Amino acid sequence: MAEATANGLGQHALHATHGHDAAAVATTDTHQEHPIKLYLVVWAWLFILSTCSYLVDYFGIHGYLRWSLILIFMMLKAGLIVAVFMHMAWERLAMMYAIILPPILVLVFVTMMVFEADYTLLTRIAFFGPGP
Amino acid sequence: MAETTMTHTSQMEPRPAGWRGIAADWASDQRAFKNVSWGKAMMWIFLLSDTFVFGCFLLSYMTARISTRVPWPNPSEVFALRIGGSEIPLILIAIMTFVLISSSGTMAMAVNFGYRHDRRKTAILMLLTAALGATFVGMQAFEWTKLITEGVRPWGNPWGAAQFGSCFFMITGFHGTHVTIGVIFLVIVARKVWRGDFDTGRPGFFTSRRGRYENVEIMGLYWHFVDLVWVFIFAFFYLW
Repeated sequence: MAEATANGLGQHALHATHGHDAAAVATTDTHQEHPIKLYLVVWAWLFILSTCSYLVDYFGIHGYLRWSLILIFMMLKAGLIVAVFMHMAWERLAMMYAIILPPILVLVFVTMMVFEADYTLLTRIAFFGPGP
Repeated sequence: MAETTMTHTSQMEPRPAGWRGIAADWASDQRAFKNVSWGKAMMWIFLLSDTFVFGCFLLSYMTARISTRVPWPNPSEVFALRIGGSEIPLILIAIMTFVLISSSGTMAMAVNFGYRHDRRKTAILMLLTAALGATFVGMQAFEWTKLITEGVRPWGNPWGAAQFGSCFFMITGFHGTHVTIGVIFLVIVARKVWRGDFDTGRPGFFTSRRGRYENVEIMGLYWHFVDLVWVFIFAFFYLW
């Protein structure tokens, strides 16, 4: 997407008055100008992916196929929104990692809670018997 | 990705690629986010903290759902609507998803026109985004009303596990609050754009700072995040 990374250099002339020292680097606009077509394509893909995940439910697909399809469509949609709509794909790597890595660590918490919940279910079944 | 958006590229030292570059950016006597304004960086960090809030909600929902002996109510049937004599599963939620995605699309376009300094188009697209957001909240209110009249309470429901109600009201309620706040701020920023505040450098009412068209993008970040959270809620709560 190299051609999409236009920086709108001409508009920096407007900010040139306070853009002469290094400290002012971050005070000027970081222009994110990409062709409208890019947004329309992503928009269309989000519609397609949402329709697909809805159809998973509509056709009553069950079991591992259902869960993996839901997760795939979910991650694709989330990726498109973060990368293109939120412009993360054009941010500096330090920024990208600072924002995207921490939520992945939530998966550790998920693993812990899966074990914990399984244990709770086990004790509930042991004390109260299987479900009503 | 090598091609990051840069301002004043000439004033920035070249950095090594990959992890070495990240370490160099975070090293002492450095501004970590070189080309990111503080407003944008702070919005991202706020969104990160909000990610953890929603992450914890979805985690507690997962824990409740795994640990209950009582079968979980089938969301496909709970959220079905009777249209033209036949039950269509999850149709209201699907429409809400499309409305929210459309609002994200219009917001992305608003950001784009904002950077082109097209005041009229930016304001109209932002107001359209706000209208779609309000539609979403309205549909959510309809959904809540429907479920409450059917007997769903935070402590029980007619179909199965009692935790269903508390999880539902907690997660969708918090998300709906985010959408509502987003709609309010969209209208405020749209008014500023319409009036030309970002062209004339008019000081903000609350902060007394001059706004820039980047404010539209920062607003957009929040709005896209609301859509992003819905993607996860849709997958885990409604489809799972």
